[in-house]
Amino acid sequence: MTATDLTAGRRPMARADVADWLAERGVYVGLLLLIAFNLAFTPRFADADNIRLQFVQVVPVAIIALGMALVIGTKGIDLSVGSVMAISSALLALFLGYGPVVAIVIALVGGAAVGLLNGVLISYFGIQPIVATLALLVGGRGLALVIAQGRLTEVFDPVLATIGSDRLVGIPIVVLIAVGVAVVVAVLVTRTTFGRYVVAIGGNADASFLAGVPLRRTLLSVYVLSGVLAALAGIVQTARLSASDPSFVGNLIELSAITAVVVGGTPLSGGRVRILGTLAGAMLMQLIGATLISHNLPDSATRMVQAAIILGAVFIQRQRTQA
Amino acid sequence: MSEEKADAPSATVLEAEEVSKRFAGVVALDGVSFALRPGEVHALVGENGAGKSTLIKVLTGVYQPDHGRILYRGDPVTFARPLDAQAAGISTIYQEVNLIPLLSVARNLFLGREPTNRLGLIDFRRMHRDARAVLERYGISVDVGRPLRELGLGVQQMVAIARAVSADHRVVFMDEPTSSLEPREVKRLFDVVDLLRRDGVAVVYVSHRLEEVFRLCDRVTVLRDGRLVHTGAVADISRLELVSRMLGRAVADVARARTRFNDRHTDKRSQAILRATDLTRRHVLDHVSVEARAGEVVGLAGLLGSGRSETAKAIYGAQALDGGTVEVQGSPLRLGSPRAALSAGLALIPEDRKAEGIIPSLSVRDNIVLAALPAMSRLGFVSERQQDAVVRPLIARLRIKASSPDQKVSELSGGNQQKVLLARVLCLEPRILILDDPTRGIDVGAKAEIQTLISELADQGMSMLLISSELEEVVEGSDAIVVLRDGAVVGRLGPEEVNQEAVMSLIASAGHQAEGPAPSGGTDAGANTHDGD
Repeated sequence: MTATDLTAGRRPMARADVADWLAERGVYVGLLLLIAFNLAFTPRFADADNIRLQFVQVVPVAIIALGMALVIGTKGIDLSVGSVMAISSALLALFLGYGPVVAIVIALVGGAAVGLLNGVLISYFGIQPIVATLALLVGGRGLALVIAQGRLTEVFDPVLATIGSDRLVGIPIVVLIAVGVAVVVAVLVTRTTFGRYVVAIGGNADASFLAGVPLRRTLLSVYVLSGVLAALAGIVQTARLSASDPSFVGNLIELSAITAVVVGGTPLSGGRVRILGTLAGAMLMQLIGATLISHNLPDSATRMVQAAIILGAVFIQRQRTQA
Repeated sequence: MSEEKADAPSATVLEAEEVSKRFAGVVALDGVSFALRPGEVHALVGENGAGKSTLIKVLTGVYQPDHGRILYRGDPVTFARPLDAQAAGISTIYQEVNLIPLLSVARNLFLGREPTNRLGLIDFRRMHRDARAVLERYGISVDVGRPLRELGLGVQQMVAIARAVSADHRVVFMDEPTSSLEPREVKRLFDVVDLLRRDGVAVVYVSHRLEEVFRLCDRVTVLRDGRLVHTGAVADISRLELVSRMLGRAVADVARARTRFNDRHTDKRSQAILRATDLTRRHVLDHVSVEARAGEVVGLAGLLGSGRSETAKAIYGAQALDGGTVEVQGSPLRLGSPRAALSAGLALIPEDRKAEGIIPSLSVRDNIVLAALPAMSRLGFVSERQQDAVVRPLIARLRIKASSPDQKVSELSGGNQQKVLLARVLCLEPRILILDDPTRGIDVGAKAEIQTLISELADQGMSMLLISSELEEVVEGSDAIVVLRDGAVVGRLGPEEVNQEAVMSLIASAGHQAEGPAPSGGTDAGANTHDGD
């Protein structure tokens, strides 16, 4: 392959190139640096148990971030995911008496319903995504508490216990679930018309409408998918903890998911979805937290570091778009 | 007219001297001089991309000129920011009212300079009293305590104007102030402009409505392609002359032999493949009917704001309508849905390539196949290989200069982006293609290629509606022309009558009353202009 520089032309600024490079690969560089640091300074970091733990802990955020990446790809946002986790967890506990399969299906349907409501508010009533999903962030948590009658419920079920703690060829089942979700979402984005529509709408909604892209149907599907994935994260979390605590589960997870997406190089301005970047972003945030904790820094420090990373990621993307 | 004073500096209040401005290599203003006298209403007219808004922005501190200088009250000035121009007494009223809808009329009027009492709090009583006094001058009596959004658009605009000139302003820019007003409100606006004129305020009035220019303005400046083409008293220019200056042809030149890039014979007896009837939208379209036969190119001519783009969009389903029908090959089209239009074989290339055409974040491939995805996918799945099978031949055929189908479309030149949009509709193989200003702002080479392509497609039997901000392009490219003004059809020209002079005289023909087809509109197509039903 020879270089195809015929029409590449001159790039206007070196600064934009740096920003470009960082936005594309910054998350991987950050992740590698963090791993190197931990290998050098954190005892027992490379132990199989610790590695497994990091992967297991990142699963809920990773699953939700994958849905969030699609939503952000359409220039939207979904703040309701944490509350959907709570609803799904509450439904799971409530219907477990009918068997784990029924309960899981109902929990997923609950997530889809919230997503549908989000999607209808946004695509049919023209409500801004941040407002519509904020309403469901608040109301959804309330609904979850109503379903669970405000109580923490312990969940004992062999199937859920298997999902939550067993391994397959050494890999925790929850991690396999997350990998499966990632593969499905990646195929959606790269191989289907739906995926093309998502990025087209995020890139230019007016032009997409004129090109015959089904705006409403696509937006509706994106929010439903985000709701279903949030419900799945709720199921995974409940299975892992053997308990459903709707006032706590999924709290602030929307922020972690958005951070993972943005740090992973998907611009908040839409028009692009990066799957691997999103996963790396989720892992980066997970490892930052773990690193700080294992070096005896308080949780408050973790939050401030996260904030700095979000600002840095957004700043890099701004440099890039201004070019 | 009697503002001539002895000393030269006071003769003009604001002046641009040989001002040039370019953006990324594209010349937006090329040595334009513009002088504004106190107490005059100065019309600024021109088509798309003529440089009107760039000139306004240079004069109001939004842009800095690359060359030339700005004189304000006789002295050279530099307005680094819009705020500087405002502080000096130059205000701008934009098309969209730039006020805060939820605040009261009085609050809006005094926003940022509210009268305060001794405690530093807003003195509402005094503010309301002052607000009433200010608005009374403009003949408006409203409850100034009501939120602005509860008032009509006309009154809102009046508040914006009152706000702009209630300080001692000397220059007011008005950008298409009547575009969203009711006739009654237009009259009131004119009264206000008269009032400003009497107070010695200079008004720059941007409008596409010739009626308004001739009724309200003292002088007129015409821009075209970033150059000054005419400036002078309104009384000294005829409508026809003004139209020809805007569209870029001296009246004497117009009669020269036509060299059409599109010379064909359409079968007059063949059925209309596209028939749009009585398209109506309040303030936008007034019973517009258009039809096209197979292989026929029908031009939609008219000035900017005449309803030509709105007609195109209405047919395509992207413009809300109060009434009207569109038939494609005899069967009615569901209105309001570009998807329905596309599946009926009707495609559109929109006027604003950046805002409504390309999707900048996507590749050339994704942009081209976007509309054709349903047709080329199987159960929603579509591979890059399938897409490239469609994309590569089109890139070659249209000679799109891209390094690969993966290149981002935003990295291409304007002409190549336009070709990408053409490719997007061509892979749908439409029967009817609507082209809204397809060669706007692109280089000469690409322009010629696109014009040739239009001609080829018509030869292959594709019907087209063609809009252009260049009259020459419409006249040379069209078999028949429908002329629009103020949202209504003012005339139709058949194949033997298509020439620039005929189009211009229809556009310039006076009066809103000109209802039916103008004198020359004697073709068969002209018959169903306004025949009710």
